[in-house]
Amino acid sequence: MSNNFLRRVDLIFDKDCDFKQVLQSAYKRNNDEIINELLESGLKGRGGAGFPTALKWKFTSEQPDPEKYVVCNADEGEPGTFKDREILFQVPLKVFGGMAICAKVIGAKEGFIYLRGEYRFLLKELENQLEIFHAILDDLKIPFRIKIVMGSGAYICGEESALFESMEGDRGEPRNKPPYPTVSGFRKKPTVINNVETLVYAFMIFRYGARKFKELGTADSRGSKVFSISGDTPKPGIYELELGMTVDQFVQEFGDGDTKAVQVGGASGFCVPRKKFKDTIIGFEGVPTGGSMMLFNSSRSMYNVLHNYLEFFEEESCGQCTPCRVGCQQLKLGIEAVKRGEKHATYLEQLQKLAQTMKITAKCGLGQSVANSFFSIVENFKEEMIY
Amino acid sequence: MAKQINLTIDGMPVTVDEGTTILQAAKKLNIHIPTLCYHDDLCVAGNCRVCVVEMKGSRTLPASCAMPVAEGMEIMTNTIKVRTARKHIIDLLLSEHNAKCTTCYKNGNCELQELAAEYKISEPMFIDLVPHKNYQMDAYSPSIIKDDSKCIRCQRCVRTCEELQHVSALGVAYKGDKMKISTFFENPMFEVVCTNCGQCVNRCPTGALVERNYVDEVWQAIFDPDKHVVVQTAPAVRVALGEALGMKPGEIVTGKMVTALKRLGFDSVLDTDFSADLTIMEEGFELLGRLKKALVDKDPSVKLPMATSCSPGWIKFIEHTYPEYLDNLSTCKSPQQMFGALAKTYYAQKRNIDPAKVVSVSIMPCTAKKFEADRPEMRSSGYKDVDFVLTTRELAIMIKQAGIEFNALPESHYDSIMGASTGAAVIFGATGGVMEAALRTAYEVVTGREVPFNGLNITPVRGMDGVREAAIKIEGTKPEWKFLEGAELKTVVAHGLTNAKKVMDAVRDGRASWHFIEIMACPGGCIGGGGQPIPTNEEIRKKRAEAIYREDAGMPIRKSHENPEVVAIYKEFLHEPNSHKSHELLHTHYKPRQRY
Repeated sequence: MSNNFLRRVDLIFDKDCDFKQVLQSAYKRNNDEIINELLESGLKGRGGAGFPTALKWKFTSEQPDPEKYVVCNADEGEPGTFKDREILFQVPLKVFGGMAICAKVIGAKEGFIYLRGEYRFLLKELENQLEIFHAILDDLKIPFRIKIVMGSGAYICGEESALFESMEGDRGEPRNKPPYPTVSGFRKKPTVINNVETLVYAFMIFRYGARKFKELGTADSRGSKVFSISGDTPKPGIYELELGMTVDQFVQEFGDGDTKAVQVGGASGFCVPRKKFKDTIIGFEGVPTGGSMMLFNSSRSMYNVLHNYLEFFEEESCGQCTPCRVGCQQLKLGIEAVKRGEKHATYLEQLQKLAQTMKITAKCGLGQSVANSFFSIVENFKEEMIY
Repeated sequence: MAKQINLTIDGMPVTVDEGTTILQAAKKLNIHIPTLCYHDDLCVAGNCRVCVVEMKGSRTLPASCAMPVAEGMEIMTNTIKVRTARKHIIDLLLSEHNAKCTTCYKNGNCELQELAAEYKISEPMFIDLVPHKNYQMDAYSPSIIKDDSKCIRCQRCVRTCEELQHVSALGVAYKGDKMKISTFFENPMFEVVCTNCGQCVNRCPTGALVERNYVDEVWQAIFDPDKHVVVQTAPAVRVALGEALGMKPGEIVTGKMVTALKRLGFDSVLDTDFSADLTIMEEGFELLGRLKKALVDKDPSVKLPMATSCSPGWIKFIEHTYPEYLDNLSTCKSPQQMFGALAKTYYAQKRNIDPAKVVSVSIMPCTAKKFEADRPEMRSSGYKDVDFVLTTRELAIMIKQAGIEFNALPESHYDSIMGASTGAAVIFGATGGVMEAALRTAYEVVTGREVPFNGLNITPVRGMDGVREAAIKIEGTKPEWKFLEGAELKTVVAHGLTNAKKVMDAVRDGRASWHFIEIMACPGGCIGGGGQPIPTNEEIRKKRAEAIYREDAGMPIRKSHENPEVVAIYKEFLHEPNSHKSHELLHTHYKPRQRY
């Protein structure tokens, strides 16, 4: 890498890993040790919300129910992310390994991978790898099995409780929370649900130790992260980078010299305009991301970008709650009306207030996060919305 | 005792059981939080978000209907944040709702309209979404009209159909902006497993699901000088009609209702109670006949247990869901249809009126009765036996339209013939009532003595439990019923089709030893029918049921076989229960229908 500030790391794609040995040594440790190691590492969920992984495992382990599950969320649907696909393609055993360690901690006999409908092409190879994995488990006398469940292409099914509904054969609609999955998840049983990447990192922490992971990144955002980089960039692709960089550093490395905005975290994430590149850290202290990084240069209309996101949300809302179902339609029609001059520019303020209501009243993360891109694009590119 | 949780709402401390929701806790403090998707009878959905409140320490506003209380919680129900959010949400709902209130059937009885008024929604804040959709009204069913343009997707109907009725004719289709409430393959309601029970209509907060109304057709008939319009009123109407006319639940308005019907211009105001008593005679003797065939003749083809057939929602349910058990149904028509068949035969003859000129109208607590009246089997008088079926709600509309001050009406009596009633007939309106009426008569027919229950009140079959069993030992029989000596007649009562399913599954799986089954499609029986005043909940239904039993207790005659007009019709016209003539007019058959 040319840039001094950006550190490219290779924790998870490293093929030189003695999988069986890592699993075996993890299984020799007691549950408290495992949870403490994970807690020490500072690993937060890589799906975007950033909940401390160790706590999720701990809460589930404390549930008295004898029937528990570990679920790998491989419903990678956020626009602009494609890193879980690569992880599952390159290092599936490590994902399974993360699940197996989690299963030990919480006391689960069964695990599931909920695979995005569009990733069916991965299914056959994943099943081959599962056979290898199950043979290793048998060898180590570990009573744990993983099954793959296919999604059908709905974005909402990446939301954990909608994912459980879908796995149970029902319509993929988010549930009321509480109860949270750690108490009542798949089949209403205590469940750990982690993103693909989180599980790999958890596994690798038991290979390298918490310290190595913790040394990377910042106080709020420990370790490294896999980024899916797309848009106006000469080198789109998947990169594992240390957390804590600014958007400016990122753009220097991946921009095409004319970057006007970076959408961090996909359609549900934040748009960072050029003037804020230097002050914005990519991570939980700044703009969090599940890995999606989309670069836009000055040839792009930010109105079109926002319109595209709103169209996406309008279609991908499950439709059950009012703020999300109707709100998304209103935001889209609203910016269209302003653009066409049918509504006064001040209508944008009304729409921003609506977005604020969606953020605090929608039933799940989908409806709540529509406001992120809406605010950050409308506020920073108001002229493009009107003229 | 459940763990006690302390919290404050709007600064007021309250202690409630663990597991209580914020909404319930607020009710305890007499704080009103608006709701739309919430309904007392249904599971919590938490999808309309109208009931959001502020919770200290939370970034989001939780839905109070779905959020359980926690120790030390501080809730604010009326802050600027809450008000702004609720107003937005109501505005959003209005933007997708076809708000043609002035021409809407539910105008004045619409929860969305009330909320809009409460929050003083004036100018629409957002863009009207209705023109952006391609809505088509489903108006093919004789019972229920579904207008998606008025639907606000609260899913009360979906939950009703699934939880209370186990029918699931209505479900959610598509997602996002295209999400809608639909049927199997989006077929019209008429062509799917819908039982026409109307429980969805009872719970729809807007005008998206309403009964097909026949008010104008009935006015036409009344004002047609060539027509003789007879009207019958079902037992459950008299204890609920008042609610639609400004009275509290549980008022008995029989006499006022009769006066009102006379003032509306009906030529003869008669009572379904008469044919309810007739049903008991026909059905009771049918049951005894089946028992005799099974016990004495050892006829293996006899179908037991025998199930009641008064509830047309139940009939359509069994036709779809348990078609192999159609022969277990009593062949008796429902009281409405018995009345209809007799109105254009017996009544017309006795009154010397050309049956072609008789228009027979019924006032029912029910939407399924509209479908029932339209069934091709229901023309045994040579005409359509019942021409128009009005719900309790439609009658209230007519009374208002006629400018009648209902509260101030004097009471009057039903006309004759076919206007005489008994306590046994009245209790048809509540779950367990048909069973109780049947036992009062059958026991006395067989033994010559009254049923051995204090004051004829067979309390084990009363109440609101979903499935209730009762057994009655038959002792001291008359000689002709000697084969029943010492036998224990086992019965079961169920209301709501989810409970009907439990009973039928037990029958199918051979877990049942019942002889007689009473099933009513609606929760609480007809008093909770799909045509009754809105709103409904268990408290209201209990009050209506109490009124029914009060009415029964106050009647001079409380046994069907003692109804003087029933005695007379057997003497003059039908000869005996289950006679050839009875079968021609009062009995029917059923047809298997597909599940999809």
